[in-house]
Amino acid sequence: MANHITLMNGTSVPVHSIPSLGIGEFSQWLTDELHNRARVCAFFAGPQENDSQNNRTSRMLYAVLARDAENSLAVAATPAPQAYPAFTPAMPALHLFERELYEETGIEPTGHPWLKPVRFPATPHGPAIGIADFFTVTGEDVHEVAVGPIHAGIIECGHFRFQCQGEVVMHLEISLGYHHRGIEKALQGGPTKRTLPFMETLAGDTTIGHSWAYSTIIEALAHLPVAPRGQALRAVALELERLANHTGDLGALAGDIGYLPTSAFCGRLRGDFLNITALLCGNRFGRNLVCPGGTAVAADAALCRTMVERLHLAAKDVEGAANLMWRTGSVLSRMMGIGTVPEKAARDLGLVGPAARASGLPCDARSTHPLPGMRGHDLHTHTLQAGDVFARATMRHKEIQESVAFITRMLQSLPEGEVYSHPTPGCSNTPPLAPHTLAVALVEGWRGEVCHVAMTGAQGNFARYKVMDPSFHNWIGLAMALRGQQISDFPLCNKSFNLSYCGHDL
Amino acid sequence: MLQTIAERLRQQYRTVPYPSAHPVLSERFMGRPHINAHTCTANAGCTACMEVCPTQALALQEGTLGLDMGRCTFCGKCAKACPQSALTFTKEYRLASSTRQGLWVFPSPEPADAPVPSQVQPFDHPMLPSLRRSCRLREVSAAGCNACEADCNVLGTIVFDLPRFGIDYVASPRHADGLLITGPLPRNMQLATQKCYTAVTPPKLVMAVGACAISGGLFSGLEAEGEGAPAHLTVNLFIPGCPPHPYTILDGMLRFLGKQVP
Ligand code: SF4
Repeated sequence: MANHITLMNGTSVPVHSIPSLGIGEFSQWLTDELHNRARVCAFFAGPQENDSQNNRTSRMLYAVLARDAENSLAVAATPAPQAYPAFTPAMPALHLFERELYEETGIEPTGHPWLKPVRFPATPHGPAIGIADFFTVTGEDVHEVAVGPIHAGIIECGHFRFQCQGEVVMHLEISLGYHHRGIEKALQGGPTKRTLPFMETLAGDTTIGHSWAYSTIIEALAHLPVAPRGQALRAVALELERLANHTGDLGALAGDIGYLPTSAFCGRLRGDFLNITALLCGNRFGRNLVCPGGTAVAADAALCRTMVERLHLAAKDVEGAANLMWRTGSVLSRMMGIGTVPEKAARDLGLVGPAARASGLPCDARSTHPLPGMRGHDLHTHTLQAGDVFARATMRHKEIQESVAFITRMLQSLPEGEVYSHPTPGCSNTPPLAPHTLAVALVEGWRGEVCHVAMTGAQGNFARYKVMDPSFHNWIGLAMALRGQQISDFPLCNKSFNLSYCGHDL
Repeated sequence: MLQTIAERLRQQYRTVPYPSAHPVLSERFMGRPHINAHTCTANAGCTACMEVCPTQALALQEGTLGLDMGRCTFCGKCAKACPQSALTFTKEYRLASSTRQGLWVFPSPEPADAPVPSQVQPFDHPMLPSLRRSCRLREVSAAGCNACEADCNVLGTIVFDLPRFGIDYVASPRHADGLLITGPLPRNMQLATQKCYTAVTPPKLVMAVGACAISGGLFSGLEAEGEGAPAHLTVNLFIPGCPPHPYTILDGMLRFLGKQVP
């Protein structure tokens, strides 16, 4: 019997078809996959089950891996032990998953090098937020800088501790959880009328990424076909989200260097992209746009034309703004060689998105795991080798150019027909979902891979709904980028990743 | 240098003419809701809108339907569900209120496009004349989803140019006249927010921006106890929306400071 089951992105498998391995075998399988062909998308405890039909009375641990070269996903399970030898020492990409597992269930990965709280959820025995065993460095000339939870700008909250010697940062520790709203727990038992709005606000700057992943989950579990025109509009909206955020980040990077022309131009242009999304759905952040079966809003030929026109005006100005920066030596010298994440570290830590691609990893779910109906609509996946702030910044610029070309192509040849396949437009009633089924959806959001995994119970409602925002993979990348840098490089490194706090904290 | 100037000339002057002209909003913008008193049958037992609302923003108050903009995410589901088409969303973006009660919308016999008086009173405080010239705010993202944060941030760009109105976001609460709070303020943010509030200098005004900050919004009732800013602080200005449009925020701030608005 195979030690795992494979499936494609946006599909589902019956839970009982997922092989259950002994913990040793599971560990071997994970090691072999991660060292040779796969990366980890999700690792979590399934629902607390009492399933007589399948003779499973306790919890199972599930791992969902992406085999990019084969365009497939591999899933396996193991009965949850009370404790087991941690996977992290051999597979660092699992470090946060194991901490999360311990925090949520008490299942202990023994020998985990830093088994600290992740989100400080409301539990009777758990520590209060901010109470953790932080790393410290002692010795001459060593000092510590603590920042946050409330930061100096208009940004989300999190706590950073820099261990420095003089100006040089030896280690940056990032402690989050301040944005924990308890969404994952609230999703259990759903879908309800609040489920889709929750998805749209998991990370408000990745509304399309998360609402598309959720809708894909519902489509897979309800065997609901997605309307081709709706799917194409979702893809357009996803790239608009990318354009707005990448443009904003280029501006923010310029701002942190003190190069004001690009900062000022991009600040405006970011809004121009958001306003194009608002043309489509009335909301600048793409709320009420994606729904299971397609989209809740339609676009006629005239609207598509207007969108393309506005897109090209904004895109031209972004080119101008970005090129000013690339032609300015003082800007380049500030970015080059700063905050380097080598390819090996990026791979070992399981980084995703533009940060991974800037370190040479060609991982992009749009090409390697196309969603149903999206095959053949690839965007070119760029990779760079340097892995520094400059690489992450130029990566944004390259992706902006790809997205503009993609949206133009899509809007000029939208498939005909309705935008939704569901009988009730706007999809306020979710169709019945298959019971005892697991579904996976990967969407390449602007920060990287958005991964949703849902498991249904006997009645077809969510027994477990797991959300992985790309930030969950990438925060450790930011910590690594800071190693050996000057503390004054932090803002730049931070903006080059621009990670989500609420997407991590859920 | 010359290239910079050339690009600046090409991209032109981009600050909006507001407040001397009305803003241009998207055709599909969802603004102030309107309930038609002639056609709404909620008082006769219809519950269609209440059933679909994800945030319990719609409720019967003494037999008549009320819509609480302080909870509403402006998703429009109620308007689609209404069998009488009695509930509609107008293009009115001026939604802020000095009071929590001022965010409720009740059935109106007037047509949807009839003007509605603003619910914002200029800040009733002896420091108002100086605040009108300089008002400095410390933004606290109390577990917001980053959409309200983004729409507060955008006011600082060249498009809106917030400092021209004398309003600035500052890095330290000690430099601030008040707090601008976004997000539902769940348990994990309560201590930090309280400390920040303590450090603010008088008059310590508080603005709650977005459904989450006003009432917990979508996250009300969840385990993390995010029920919005009024559960912890005295709020002086409520700016509803999910997120509020930047013009909704700007309009609310300017009225609150007793400034001219269109
Ligand atoms: S628009 Fe507001 S009141 Fe209407 S259903 Fe949506 S959240 Fe509820």
